[in-house]
Formats: sequence, C-alpha cells, structure tokens
Amino acid sequence: MIEIINLCKNFGKKEVLKNLNLTIKSGETTVIIGRSGCGKSVLLKHIIGILKPDSGQVLIDGKDISKMYGKELNDIRMKFGMLFQGAALFDSLTVWENVAFGMIEHTATQKDAMLARVRECLGLVGLGGIENLKPAELSGGMKKRVGLARAISMKPEIVLYDEPTTGVDPIMGDAINDLIKELHDKLKVTSIAVTHDMKSAYKIANRIAMLYEGKIIEIGTPQEIKSTKNPVVKQFIHGEAEGPIAKDH
Amino acid sequence: MIQRLLSNIQRKLAALGAKGVEFVCYMGSIAIFMGDIAYALVHPPFRIRETIRQTAQIGANSIPIVSLISLFVGIVIALQSAYQMQKMSAEMYIASLVALSMIRELGPVLTALVVAGRSGAAITAEIGTMKVTEQIDALETLATNPINYLVVPRFWALLVSVVVLTVYADFISMVGGYIVGVHKLHISHHMYVKMTFDPLAQSDLRNGLYKSVVFAIIICVISCFEGMRAEEGAEGVGKATTSSVVRSFILIIAADCLLTALMYFIGR
Ligand SMILES: Nc1ncnc2c1ncn2[C@@H]1O[C@H](COP(=O)(O)OP(=O)(O)O)[C@@H](O)[C@H]1O
Ligand SMILES: [Mg+2]
Repeated sequence: MIEIINLCKNFGKKEVLKNLNLTIKSGETTVIIGRSGCGKSVLLKHIIGILKPDSGQVLIDGKDISKMYGKELNDIRMKFGMLFQGAALFDSLTVWENVAFGMIEHTATQKDAMLARVRECLGLVGLGGIENLKPAELSGGMKKRVGLARAISMKPEIVLYDEPTTGVDPIMGDAINDLIKELHDKLKVTSIAVTHDMKSAYKIANRIAMLYEGKIIEIGTPQEIKSTKNPVVKQFIHGEAEGPIAKDH
Repeated sequence: MIQRLLSNIQRKLAALGAKGVEFVCYMGSIAIFMGDIAYALVHPPFRIRETIRQTAQIGANSIPIVSLISLFVGIVIALQSAYQMQKMSAEMYIASLVALSMIRELGPVLTALVVAGRSGAAITAEIGTMKVTEQIDALETLATNPINYLVVPRFWALLVSVVVLTVYADFISMVGGYIVGVHKLHISHHMYVKMTFDPLAQSDLRNGLYKSVVFAIIICVISCFEGMRAEEGAEGVGKATTSSVVRSFILIIAADCLLTALMYFIGR
C-alpha cells in the first residue's frame, strides 16, 4: 500500500503540491489525471523518492521513502519500475543494454538469459529486432515502448507510468493499455499511471484521481468519475474549453 | 542627494551580500558533492571497463592539442630567453630554463587548461544532457547511484589522463626547445641534453605532478557538478558547459598560485 500524507512541494516560489493526500491499494491500477503542468510527474517522482517533499510523508508499505538513503532506498527501488514521460533511455547504451540495465547492475544473469528476457519484454511492447540500435535511431513512440520494456524487465511489484500512451499511435496506445491491464490481472502489479488520455484512463483504471491546484480533488471508480457532480472534474473529462478551470495556467 | 547616494550604496552592498551568500552556498554544495564522490570512490561496484573507456577517450581527445601547444610553448620559451641569454653568451642555459619552467609550472597548468576546455566541457555537456532528459533520475529509479555510475569512472580517467599528459607535454616542450637550441642557436646535441637534465631535481617533477593531481580533481568535480545541476533545455546545458569551463579555469589558476606558494615555503 502507498499512502501519501499531507505532501507539500514548492519549486522556488511556485507551489506545485499543497497538502496532497492519496492512498493507493496494492494490486490496483490508479490513474491520475490533471492538466499539463499541474504536478503529475512531480507526484510520481515523490512516490519513487527521486524528489524529496518539503513536508509530508510518502509511505510505501508503512515506511517513509523520503527519509531513506543509500542501500535501504535502493532496495525499495528494486520493487519499482518507472516509465518516464520522455522515456529517459540512456543515450550511450544500446536498446538491449537499456532494457537489461537493472539485470546488468544488480544480478549475475548470463548474457544469453538477459537477451532472452530483453526479447520477451520488447515483444510485450510490440518491438523486435532493434536490440542493437541506439536510442537516437528510434522514433519517439518506439523510445516510449523501450522505456516501458525497461520498466517491467525486473518484474517490479509497483509500476509508475508517466503518460504511457502520449506520443504513441492510437493502435499501439491501445496495446499498451492491454499490457497494463494484463500486468494488473495476471501479475497483481500495483500500477500508478499519469495520463490525460481519458479513453485510456477508463480502460485501465480501478480508480481515477484528479489532481488540481496541488491537491487530489476527487477520486473514484471510472463509473463514479463519469457521473461526477464536481464541475472541475466534469469540465476536464469532457475536454471543454468553458468552465471553472482557468485557461491560462 | 546624499540620501540617494546612501540608498544607492545600500543597494550595491545588498547585491554584493547576495553574491557572497550565493558563493558560500556554491562552495558548500561543492564540498558535499566531493564528500559523495569520496564515498563512491571506495564503494563497489568498481566500473573498470568504463574507466578504461573514459581514459582512452579523454586522453585521445586531448593529445593533439596538448602536443601542439607544448611544442609551441617550448619553442617560444627558448626564443624569448635566447634574446636575453645571447647577450651574456649563456645560451646553453636555455635548455635548463625550458625544462624547469615546463616541469614546475607550465606543463601542469597548460595541460590542465586544455583538458578542462576539451574534456571537462564534454563531460558537462554529456552529464547535463542526461540531467535534463531525466536519465539521471532514471539511473536512480534503477537503484544505481549516479555518482558511482557517472562520476567515479571519469574521476580516475581524468586523474590518469592529466598526469600522463603532463609528463608528455613536458617532454614535447623540451623537443621544441631542442629544435631552437640545437638548430638555430647551435648548441651541441650533447650539451643541450645535459643542460636539460642536470639541474632537474626529483622534487621538481614530483611537485609538478602534485599540481596535476589537484588540477585533475578540480576538473572532475567542477565539470560533473555543473552537469548534474544543469537546468531544463538545451540552453541550460549550454550555460552549464560555459560556467564549467570558466570556473575550472579560475580554480586551476588559483590553485596553482596557492600550491606554488606552499611549495616555495615548505619545499625549502
Ligand atoms: N525540477 C524542477 N525544478 C523546478 N520546477 C519544476 C521542476 N519539476 C517540475 N517543475 C514545475 O512543476 C510544475 C509541475 O510539473 P510536472 O509535474 O512536470 O507537470 P505535469 O503534470 O505536466 O507532469 C511545472 O510548473 C514545472 O515547471
Ligand atoms: Mg508530466
């Protein structure tokens, strides 16, 4: 279980997260929706401990990840996989070295076994035969999928997806939705996905949470969100220009 | 009138104070960063292949320009001193002058400046790009310490490269001096070589190399630090690269001054 309690984060004078509270149950897929620049990526980075809160706690199975350092922090991070918004592949390494990075760093797996696992993960995201290319030779959507393969290659218990379907064509986007669902159904992975693709959100989510002005303003099942009374959430999920959300941000 | 002057002075002082605070914060962050490097240096994994790769790259990058500069500097020192020495018919001392000034001072400093400009800048650009494209964050999520993965191999690579290149630069400059001395000023081959090595004490070479070691550490710390704190976008990486080179240059010259003074007072 992941519990986020009274999380506050400022960058300089800019308040990004203001007393945010959110609980994520194990084995569930939680989708966080919200406008561009509202702090979704910042929230994910707090959950995996890359950013430290100004105040508040991020409890992973009861332990505050923001207070961890060194080996303890690395041990807990082995439970995580993360797909970054821009994929964040290592430029200097090939595709297979990227996907196998965790295995190369933390296990004594034989190269053949690693390659087999890399092919398996790439297959899951619909890629093949690109093991020896460098990230610079891939299209944006392919990078995203390689990033996803890297995130799941170590069989993590918790996977964080930052806009998994953005920049990917609609057909591939749906395949990624299926993959996230499959990880949830078969492997009981806890997933937290950030997106503004509502179609994808409805498809994969057990629960949807909306982040607005530094707080979670509403959380519920896709059905509950669809029939919400909250005008802000309503405007966002229907993608309307007119409404309570200020246009300039 | 006086009031305006006073408020003007007040503003200037406040700005100066802010600069001072900024400087102290910067040095503090550098100190913490050095502590992190020291910790990572003695903790596994030790990335030997990556270290060798970096050493080859940094060394190979800088060899052509180090060769050129030290050859020219050797020639220039020989010619400049010939102008004076010839008046006293003391041309043979040119050999000693070239050797001593290079080994004690110019070899380490010039080499460090070249490596800072060439490889230090490249390191900042590379690490800065990794920072702004979230690759450093990705390293952390993959339970890998970025300092251990990125900085430590470059630390050893810079240390080895700068020291080896310094010795190489010393040698090449002597070749430059030799060309002038033997072919232009007609000092005999035998005499030139003898006058090059006779006045050299072991301590000269040792002190020169101590300097190289300090300079290598400066280049590594500044170039990696500036890369790691690069700000968003290509512009951020450009800024980081510029300040990396400028700050390395200033610190190398300042450290050289300090070390030369120290060696002067302690060394005797
Ligand atoms: N490292 C950082 N330094 C300064 N500001 C940041 C940093 N990371 C994010 N921000 C700011 O925080 C806000 C939220 O960013 P982000 O979480 O990336 O938004 P999004 O919801 O689109 O993912 C943005 O205004 C961004 O400029
Ligand atoms: Mg984002």
